Amino acid sequence: MYDAGQYDVIVIGAGHAGCEAGLAAARMGAKTLMLTLNLDLVAFMPCNPSIGGPAKGVVVREIDALGGEMGKNIDKTHIQMRMLNTSKGPAVRALRAQADKVLYQQEMKKTLENQENLTLRQGMVDRLIVEDGVCKGVITETKAAYYAQSVVITTGTFMRGKVLIGDIEYESGPNNQRPSVKLSEHLEELGFELIRFKTGTPPRVNSHTIDYSKTEIQPGDDEPRAFSYETTEFITDQIPCWLTYTGEFTHKIIDENLHRSSMYSGMVKGTGPRYCPSIEDKVVRFHDKPRHQIFLEPEGRNTDEVYVQGLSTSMPEDIQKRLLETIPGLEKAELMRAGYAIEYDAIVPTQLWPTLETKKIKGLYTAGQINGTSGYEEAAGQGIMAGINAAAKALDKEPVILDRSQAYIGVLIDDLVTKGTNEPYRLLTSRAEYRLLLRHDNADLRLTDIGYQIGLISEERYRIFQEKKQLIEEEKKRLDKVIIKPTEKVQTMLKDAGGASLKEAVRANDFLKRPEITYEMLKTLTPPEQQLPADVEEQVEIQVKYEGYIKKSLQQVERMKKMEDKKIPSDLDYDAIQGLATEAKEKLKKVRPLSVGQASRISGVNPSDISILLVYLEQGKIARVSSS
Amino acid sequence: MDTDTIAAISTPIGEGAISIVRMSGPDSIEIASKVFKGKNLKEAASHTIHYGKLIHPETKETVEEVMVTVMKSPKTFTREDIVEINCHGGFVSVNRVLELILENGARLAEPGEFTKRAFLNGRIDLSQAEAVIDLIRAKTDRAMNMALKQMDGRLSRLIQSLRQKLLETLAHVEVNIDYPEYDDVEEMTLEVMKTKTNQVHEEIEQLLQTARQGKILREGIGTAIIGRPNVGKSSLLNALAHENKAIVTDIPGTTRDVIEEYVNVRGVPLRLIDTAGIRETEDIVEKIGVERSRKVLKEADLVLLVLNYGDEWTEEDENLFKAVEGMDVIVIVNKTDLPRKINMDQVKERSKQYSLVTTSLIQEKGIDELEQAIADLFFEGDLDAGDLTYVSNVRHIQLLKEAKQSLGDAISGIEAGMPIDVVQIDVTRAWEILGEIVGDTVSDSLIDQLFSQFCLGK
Repeated sequence: MYDAGQYDVIVIGAGHAGCEAGLAAARMGAKTLMLTLNLDLVAFMPCNPSIGGPAKGVVVREIDALGGEMGKNIDKTHIQMRMLNTSKGPAVRALRAQADKVLYQQEMKKTLENQENLTLRQGMVDRLIVEDGVCKGVITETKAAYYAQSVVITTGTFMRGKVLIGDIEYESGPNNQRPSVKLSEHLEELGFELIRFKTGTPPRVNSHTIDYSKTEIQPGDDEPRAFSYETTEFITDQIPCWLTYTGEFTHKIIDENLHRSSMYSGMVKGTGPRYCPSIEDKVVRFHDKPRHQIFLEPEGRNTDEVYVQGLSTSMPEDIQKRLLETIPGLEKAELMRAGYAIEYDAIVPTQLWPTLETKKIKGLYTAGQINGTSGYEEAAGQGIMAGINAAAKALDKEPVILDRSQAYIGVLIDDLVTKGTNEPYRLLTSRAEYRLLLRHDNADLRLTDIGYQIGLISEERYRIFQEKKQLIEEEKKRLDKVIIKPTEKVQTMLKDAGGASLKEAVRANDFLKRPEITYEMLKTLTPPEQQLPADVEEQVEIQVKYEGYIKKSLQQVERMKKMEDKKIPSDLDYDAIQGLATEAKEKLKKVRPLSVGQASRISGVNPSDISILLVYLEQGKIARVSSS
Repeated sequence: MDTDTIAAISTPIGEGAISIVRMSGPDSIEIASKVFKGKNLKEAASHTIHYGKLIHPETKETVEEVMVTVMKSPKTFTREDIVEINCHGGFVSVNRVLELILENGARLAEPGEFTKRAFLNGRIDLSQAEAVIDLIRAKTDRAMNMALKQMDGRLSRLIQSLRQKLLETLAHVEVNIDYPEYDDVEEMTLEVMKTKTNQVHEEIEQLLQTARQGKILREGIGTAIIGRPNVGKSSLLNALAHENKAIVTDIPGTTRDVIEEYVNVRGVPLRLIDTAGIRETEDIVEKIGVERSRKVLKEADLVLLVLNYGDEWTEEDENLFKAVEGMDVIVIVNKTDLPRKINMDQVKERSKQYSLVTTSLIQEKGIDELEQAIADLFFEGDLDAGDLTYVSNVRHIQLLKEAKQSLGDAISGIEAGMPIDVVQIDVTRAWEILGEIVGDTVSDSLIDQLFSQFCLGK
């Protein structure tokens, strides 16, 4: 073993969590080392070539508002982008991009390489250096010992990864990379509780062999879109995706060969996600459904590989080929890579503080799929927070915890550390109680201040942000003063829009609250002094139109805040509290919530337990566990 | 820590001449002022008591004649502003006062919550900590058990089915949002959402109607005794009252200038209406006759129509029968100790859709049969209140009202053209509130529903 140097922060892994963690730490001024198994696979997308979607797309914007990279990177490397849920309300609109996988990796790698304070190195970490319950560094398989103030593990699905295709299984990370076995064993030695999860991926086929005439085209939006608030250059030459369906024969082959699927033969031990089932799962669970959608997604501009979204499977290769033959457009499709299931170790996330630091070992953080989530965006969202907090620790700054009303990232992390998860966790909009506040359009308004305070947002960007904020407030104020009279022009406008006529003069903001009136229309009646940027107009419209609902949500947040503000010492001795129900006591001891609000979200902790907890906290008669 | 205002009845219900409804919290005085007619409570000095009336702010109806005590923070039991409303004893008055307070911004206190607040605000000494914990534990557990026991199995099933209806709608909307390209189900439209929401809204409204009828059970079945002078109304009253230890509630000068008495007949609570009228008029020459009866009948759920065995059928009797048409009636032919003058065939013919009992109240004969007739009527479901999924728990009623309000908000949202995911906020809230009634607050059930109802892939 040799001393390979001292850093502030070490990040193990350079996937979507690792990249955000490393960049955030380095940008905050921490001397950062990123260690990854394979430098050619930085920010690799082992599964679907897309980023964003409902809830996930909002996370990408949140990462951007905090000064992260995912949004900028996909803005530079996508092949198409679409705004989803445009027919619905502003709270659930979301962007999704199809990525050029290789370009995405290259671009991210370039960003890492150019980042000051950041060292990128290939290497497999086998062990952590832990002294007196504090993580001091890592040791690689090449016997290099790196020392640091804090360490972030972002190993994804690599820990004791095992690939399964039919009755074949072998130890492997995704896409036949080397798995990380020793680190997993080492974490168990250190006393961490691990769980076994499973996920899967569909086959890829050659684009030249697809008969697209039998499929439906799915183009990107004509309007230029971007995730990052800083993006000014837009990609215009987009590539479409294609839609086709499974059918009766597909399902028949699955039925007949179910025993050959690794998942149904009993080979797979890990728990898979319900929201991303394999095709065999879909056919078994929804047997009466005559067809399932299959999306054909190009993996990039310079490749002919096409991702067969919706056909995730652990069937043997010969069956996979036969399945493809039953799908319109894919009858002659050439299989390039077979789909597979992958099992891996994750750590039970209730072992983490909301900062993503482990409770067991100080200075050790985990982020991404290792924490039981799935999805690039979920990984990146945790990555940036773990990076921020690891750097904060090293640089002796305050940690940052986002709450459930501030960001989807807050919802995600709170769910993980408070409730844990018994399947790979995916963000859904329904997991957020304040969905109307956590919109994709206002991520900057919610989080730029925080990003600026921790040093991830530049002065220039912050100045532009403040100008935007000011313009929004000024325009809202103006609309509160302007009076719209029932003139002929107004009545005609209302009539054309299918609304009831105006009986008496109203304030412009009340006029805008009418469902048939848009800001665009209002502007023609009362133009602002100067033309406002589109994002300012959008904000004004949303904030005015949904004011009542937003207020209601804010009141809920106020109520929640009171409970969140009641802090619980992390070393509270729950055994010394009389009257707590046994189940509640066990759960509280395990989760060790930092606030009464968090405690109240633990399943099995009842209102009476919370009352008792409050009594103890209020009286200051608190027993603490001795630090031993 | 809490900034909401809580209220509860703080005296045993049904006992004593006076009951007290207590409120604690920053809005106590504000809420009391809203419904109190008398001195301006906001200007009242702390620890003073004031006479006045409680007026329903919308209907302007007088609810109760009360004495209100104002005690300002911090020198109070909870160290918060406290208002105590002294009203007449008995079930009716105090429940009505509590409901009025809850409708105007207070929240029903959890068991032991006043004590808890006293404790949290440092009013109670530290050494009492464990006693308070025991109290919270015991009261909460007992209240939970009681609530569960109290809850009719049918009510619980009904609420569960309403929740399921909402949940399926919610899951449908969620699928549209989280899986926008998922083509298995058509888009949930505002129209469909409105239909579903309306259905549940109406069912809750019906439940609340039955709650009002449940209130009949809590407050007693309004029972009118009618009949010509000297048929034995007073004796009947005394017989029922004597046998069953009547509780007399005196409400002079408030909503009704009547005296009510409560009797429990074989488990059926009867609220006897205008007993004073009966007692007074029985001795003096009664002039009002049918006119008075009509007034009493308006309030009645059950009519005891008394005829005289020893007198002939009169036009007045006929008029009484006409007046009670369509109501639940028991016909009592009293004074069988006298020689028969009434035509019993005529009586039977006229009473064929009613129960018919013959009594001699003076000889204490036929009282058992009468009581049985009342019990039969109630338990066999002839009387409306007997066959209901009824809600009697004040907390349940309050939560149902809140759920209904949320659904009402959702419907207004739909009518105002709000997007479906915005409207859904209110529907979700209603679903959560209904969950509080049946004690189901597991927040993951929506996601479970999502995955079991739909086949999701992308």
